[in-house]
Amino acid sequence: MAVTETTGTFMGTSVRRKEDAGLLRGRTTFVDNLTLPATVFMAVVRSPYPHARITSVNLDAVRAAEGVVAAFSGADLAQDWTGGLPCAWPVTEDIKMPTHYPLAVDEARFQGDGVAVVVAESRALAKDAAELVEVDYEPLGSTADVEKALEDGAPLVHDDLGTNECYVWKLDSGDVQAAIDAADVVVTRRYFQPRLIPNAIEPRGVLAQVGPTDEVTLWSATQVPHILRFALQLVIGIPESKIRVIAPDVGGGFGSKLNVYAEEALAVTLARRLGRPVKWTEERTENYQATIHGRDVVHELTFAATSDGTITAVKSIAKCAMGAYLQLVTPGIPLLGAWIYSGPYDIPNYSVTFTGVFTHTTPTDAYRGAGRPEATYVIERTMDALARELGVDPIELRRKNFVKEFPHTMASGLTIDAGDYDACLERLLELLDVDAIKADQASRRAGGDAKQIGVGFSTYNEMCGLAPSRILGAIRYAVGGWDAATIRFQPLGSVQVVTGTSPHGQSHETTWAQIVADQLGVSVDEVEVLHGDTAVSQQGMDTYGSRSLTVGGIALYHASQKIVGKARAIVAHQLEVSEDDLEFENGAFAVKGSPDRSMDIKAAAFQAHAAHNLPDGMEPGLEETAVFDPPNFSWPSGAHAAVVEVDTETGDTRLVRYVAVDDVGTPVNPQIIDGQVHGGITQGIAAALYEEGAYDEEGNLLTTTMTTYLVPSAAELPSYETDRIETVADNPLGVKGVGETGTIAAAPAVVNAIVDALSHLGVTDVPIPATPERVWRAIEEVRS
Amino acid sequence: MIPAAFDYEVAESTDHAIALLGAREDAKLLAGGHSLLPAMKLRLSRPACLIDVGRITDLSYVLEEADSIAIGALTRHKDVTAAALLREHCPIVSHAAGQVGDPQVRHRGTIGGSLAHGDPASDLPAVILALHGELVARGPAGDRAIPAREFFTGVFQTALAPEEVLVEIRVPKLGPSTGWSYTKMSRRAQDWATVAVAAVVERSNGSIERASVALANMGATPIQATATEKAIAEGGSIDDASALAAEGTEPPSDHAASADFRAHLARVLTKRALEEAATR
Repeated sequence: MAVTETTGTFMGTSVRRKEDAGLLRGRTTFVDNLTLPATVFMAVVRSPYPHARITSVNLDAVRAAEGVVAAFSGADLAQDWTGGLPCAWPVTEDIKMPTHYPLAVDEARFQGDGVAVVVAESRALAKDAAELVEVDYEPLGSTADVEKALEDGAPLVHDDLGTNECYVWKLDSGDVQAAIDAADVVVTRRYFQPRLIPNAIEPRGVLAQVGPTDEVTLWSATQVPHILRFALQLVIGIPESKIRVIAPDVGGGFGSKLNVYAEEALAVTLARRLGRPVKWTEERTENYQATIHGRDVVHELTFAATSDGTITAVKSIAKCAMGAYLQLVTPGIPLLGAWIYSGPYDIPNYSVTFTGVFTHTTPTDAYRGAGRPEATYVIERTMDALARELGVDPIELRRKNFVKEFPHTMASGLTIDAGDYDACLERLLELLDVDAIKADQASRRAGGDAKQIGVGFSTYNEMCGLAPSRILGAIRYAVGGWDAATIRFQPLGSVQVVTGTSPHGQSHETTWAQIVADQLGVSVDEVEVLHGDTAVSQQGMDTYGSRSLTVGGIALYHASQKIVGKARAIVAHQLEVSEDDLEFENGAFAVKGSPDRSMDIKAAAFQAHAAHNLPDGMEPGLEETAVFDPPNFSWPSGAHAAVVEVDTETGDTRLVRYVAVDDVGTPVNPQIIDGQVHGGITQGIAAALYEEGAYDEEGNLLTTTMTTYLVPSAAELPSYETDRIETVADNPLGVKGVGETGTIAAAPAVVNAIVDALSHLGVTDVPIPATPERVWRAIEEVRS
Repeated sequence: MIPAAFDYEVAESTDHAIALLGAREDAKLLAGGHSLLPAMKLRLSRPACLIDVGRITDLSYVLEEADSIAIGALTRHKDVTAAALLREHCPIVSHAAGQVGDPQVRHRGTIGGSLAHGDPASDLPAVILALHGELVARGPAGDRAIPAREFFTGVFQTALAPEEVLVEIRVPKLGPSTGWSYTKMSRRAQDWATVAVAAVVERSNGSIERASVALANMGATPIQATATEKAIAEGGSIDDASALAAEGTEPPSDHAASADFRAHLARVLTKRALEEAATR
């Protein structure tokens, strides 16, 4: 770890969030709050069918309706598009990549696929008018089932591709078959992880303005203003140099706003045609139909082990639903878990196969954890299955197979820089008191209680901090994984930080100020963080995949060092000493041995701007940019446990305790880490017990509102017990990602707990989400 | 989340509301709005006119009468929950009102609105049915009292005539030998009951002599578990009687549960409700 000269006072403290002053008072700039003169409002007409040929679109009635400015079908607008919505991750050479225009032109391929747009003088008028669009559909065969879609004769999503198989991707290392043949115990388990629908509290929204010579300004509730900017050039043909994308206050994303959406391109297209700003705000039901979903994966996972519990091989075969089209990174989502099917365990033989499958459903893409919750779920569930098979304690099995020494190069080929898996687990066990839980369990079992109790574990590691650009290139991701930071001292000593990351709830305005304040020896209140506007932050790769701190944060560090370096040169020049004779501490440069001879960095900043007395050849000003490309991923890890109470008569399952010990490296702001961990755990618990984006077999979405798609509330959840251990990551700040850990860890812990609660009855599995009915049926099945 | 266009009228009094109902085609009364407005925002409900009764203050009350408690139809759930008269004389009503939705719903929603909405999954219809309560409707011809068992006629349908306003709900004062339970299972705290059971029992010498049992979300209306009631009246055990709870029901299948599972839950929850009522 590099040594910095400045003594930090803000890193590691729970500085209050700068963001809250505006959010709590409702003084926000969410897209829906923004208005421009002469704005018109867009409504999208969506296919009610999962698959249908569009035989005609009649817009006569709608064009005559009150307040309607314009209405277009997909065919009307097709000439405006220079390309389809981009997919940036063609994971194999022979991947099938269907063209995906912002509106369907001849065929609708999922329920919610846009087929026409209406623009009116108000949002309500646009909504009313949209009902007048007459579309003649010829319904076609469809399937929402990832396995049935691969069967012979299954209805094809894209006829011209001749198959629903999008790609097959493999990663093999060692000799898995030999290890399986030689194993004392082989367990294979099958799991379905259903769809999850991201529920950012702010749905998507766009406001597009196009000037007379195609100067585009697009305000969008997006996680990725920079990616969106270059994607827009591909779709609408206007060069990036004329495009400004602004992500103002953005109310959550969880990956769902890591995308380039039809409505973004449509709003720009229409604003350009009409010469008026065009605004669109997504409704919640549209959010459920037209914003990407997560998961929808069928796994078959195999562990081979010796009789002493040493795991010798892992083999994963997964069918992963793509949905009807490939959105920005749809095909790559499984790959984000591809290297960690050995979990935190040392498993020498390794095989992962993914088959991407088109179905007549909303496209899938990144949802918090993206690939890693899918992997961790099947690993941790199967660890318990293997423990049962071997007759050993699941905790002992985990301990026995943990990676013990770091850095550790996994069979999958990547290297984990730092961790201490035993320490996480030991701390978890201290907090948990397994003996007391097991005593309670034994007493309830002896008493034949209707309500049984169980405890389940999940020990995980994950790879985040996306990502080393060379590796991204090697796995066919279209762009780089670096990020940029600019630090600018103003003449009077305040500091502007421009980051290429794009927070939408992650608190960068606070935490980035903490990092920079410590490096420069100023106060957090003197550091203003600018982001989310491509005119202000001209380069960056945005916020997703727990990358902001470990990539953008390190870029901040390097920019800080450049600032200190230039300031040091100015001070040395003015004090007439050599740079090596200066010490920098708490914001001041002092001559070694003569502490009265000093100049603080703010004074140096003024001198830099005055430029009266700078070293020969030095440019005025004190502004530095660093672009950082990480040499490795970030490797958080942890040990989680859930305690559940299961009503064996009704199947009703309540979480009694949830205990989490995570290693997210050196903490920047503990309270913000806790917020990330709590939110992440809740989304993992939701997947285990509540949330399911359900389709019928044909692809009609059954969960279209928050009354049927069950996002849990505080009333359903206990207060979590969290703690951390800290191993220092191999970067100048020692930090690791934290945004997705809870979601990755939580679901298997909860389901393992349910199985533990019911193990005396013979239950070994419950499908997720473990609804009361599914739990009850699992019990009935073993009873009969 | 934008409703179709509608007209809006404010009723200054109950009589004014009745007059507006007579004067306007396809009008709906708006009370707390926590069932109607979401349905309108999804455009599942498109009334031509809303008549806002929310400013009629004289329909919010809980009053003691000789043998009953009278509750004004516009009394909000949170006031029903807190009403001392109900807590003393008919606690199943205040308890169940505290189970409706979430705190925001309970602060806006009204008992009359909930009952007149006729949702078979709601909490209060089953409770009023189990209590053999009465619902007082006021129309152009004056007041009439409708027994709860005649009030609920179908999914979102009631015996209220188009020009009638529900003005009052009357529930009996429960004596010391009367036990009660409202046993509900829902996916989340804020959700409608997957199944719920309202039980009101008469105890004698430590056992249940009579039981009135009503089920929520087991059919098109809240429904009496008549086979269970009959078994109890004939001296059957709680176990045996509750095993009959789903007889004659036609429960729905939806995201929360299949019909089969609801039938199972009705039996389990009826047993639990009767056991609790026997001791409370």
